[in-house]
Amino acid sequence: MRFMVLIKANQDSEAGVMPSEELLTAMGKYNEELVKAGVLLAGEGLHPSAKGARVRFEGAKTTVIDGPFTETKELLAGFWLIQVKSKEEAIEWVKRIPRDPNEAEEIEIRQVFEADDFGDEFTPELREQEERLRAQTAAQHG
Amino acid sequence: MIDAIWRIESARLIAGLARQVRDVGLAEDLAQDALVAALEQWPESGVPDNPGAWLMAVAKRRAIDQLRRKQRFDRKLVELGHELEIDQQAPAPELSAALEGDIEDDLLRLVFTACHPVLSTEARVALTLRLLGGLKTEEIARAFLVAESTIAQRIVRAKRTLAEARVPFEVPQRPELAERLSSVLGVIYLVFNEGYSATAGDDWMRPALCEEALRLGRVLAGLMPHEPEVHGLVGLMEIQASRSGARVGPSGEPVLLLDQDRARWDQLLIRRGLAALERAEALTVARGEGLGPYATQAAIAACHARARTPEETDWSRIAALYAALSERAPSPVVELNRAVALAMAFGPAAGLELVDVLTAEPSLKTYHLLPSVRGDLLAKLGRYDEAREEFERAASLTRNGRERTLLLDRAAACPGGSAPSPHR
Repeated sequence: MRFMVLIKANQDSEAGVMPSEELLTAMGKYNEELVKAGVLLAGEGLHPSAKGARVRFEGAKTTVIDGPFTETKELLAGFWLIQVKSKEEAIEWVKRIPRDPNEAEEIEIRQVFEADDFGDEFTPELREQEERLRAQTAAQHG
Repeated sequence: MIDAIWRIESARLIAGLARQVRDVGLAEDLAQDALVAALEQWPESGVPDNPGAWLMAVAKRRAIDQLRRKQRFDRKLVELGHELEIDQQAPAPELSAALEGDIEDDLLRLVFTACHPVLSTEARVALTLRLLGGLKTEEIARAFLVAESTIAQRIVRAKRTLAEARVPFEVPQRPELAERLSSVLGVIYLVFNEGYSATAGDDWMRPALCEEALRLGRVLAGLMPHEPEVHGLVGLMEIQASRSGARVGPSGEPVLLLDQDRARWDQLLIRRGLAALERAEALTVARGEGLGPYATQAAIAACHARARTPEETDWSRIAALYAALSERAPSPVVELNRAVALAMAFGPAAGLELVDVLTAEPSLKTYHLLPSVRGDLLAKLGRYDEAREEFERAASLTRNGRERTLLLDRAAACPGGSAPSPHR
């Protein structure tokens, strides 16, 4: 199953202040660990909300509101997308995220929806061939 | 929670221990002992800051205890015990740092040991999932739809076989490496297929095997970044997995590749798959070799993944890739695939020419897809009487009811001649 790990913004991230070199190094090492464990699917850091915008829908009307936005705690600063076996495993990985000991922060973990139904009993190789064949059949049937 | 830590730490723990005790089976037992200790102590004492190092320290202590208890004081064991004792006194951060350096080599050794050719394929699969995936016996049993005792026995026997055969805990050297690596890749792909072929009603552990195989593949790609076929296999699995959301309809029926809603293909997995394939291709070019079988299959899967609509599919490239695959690993089934691709690219006559050659192939005598493909091509060429015969033959060979109906429908749809015999 997949989880999105959401990093919240803080005053520094919103002000465009980069983390310390020490933290950046630790973060790099952590990312490498995620890759080596085969769990990291994607991950990105986000620019401050000053570089973003919101589009509000109200009835037929759309309004564009440019950043920055003030409610810092509700803003995102980055995310990881990880594939793990359980929520507990996701939590365990999140506990290992390097952090600044002087900051209090909260990291959110959310499960991603996916189709976990699988098809019939063919190997992929047979299956593709079968799929092509049946597709031809279907095409002929109109 | 301890389960989750086990999942993250167990492979490294077992690998590190196996290097020191030179016995994968014993290493796993020691790791399990450490897990039991964690289960007893952590609920009260809390989880230590570095759970991996904690588990390793406990396992090593057990190793020494065992050595002492058995009083097997031959020189090698004493030396080993001595070494372990020194390690044990080292403070935790240094200990974990010392382990860190070698741990990746150890993991790789563990991969090659678990997939050693002295073991049966079944045993390799079970041992790999157990030692590298951190899966419990019960989970492996559920995934493969066999009794837990069967898997437990398989694992015990596999460990004994490794010990008796004195399989060294090492990464094989060239020229042996290529063959040994192909055994490792074969095990991972087998696990993937087992999950990919699971049906909707199956236990959730079966599809979970796909994720497990993908994870093992990605781990291996990190451990052996210069091996093109590792990236080829990862690419193949990522691209195939990208379609899992689209290959089943709302009532659980399979949806054909060309009928799938391509908007439901997972673009992230496709991108990852294409990137892995590119790495495989670049490494292959650098070596001055041709694409290996996994990378070639990944390239075929990529042709589908790149096509935004079925009509955009580059069938002539697919046909050429099948030809390359056939050359490296000759197989009549691959040839039949090539015939279908040829027909899509250059018209039914081109496909039929190859299919006609394959009708002489003994291994395809009872393979229903051969007459099925042949019937389809004949029908497209307007040779309906022959087509009808082939569809009926295919219907008599398939074991799948839904498919039989489809084939008989097609036989009946062939214009002219007499009505087909209604043996449904």
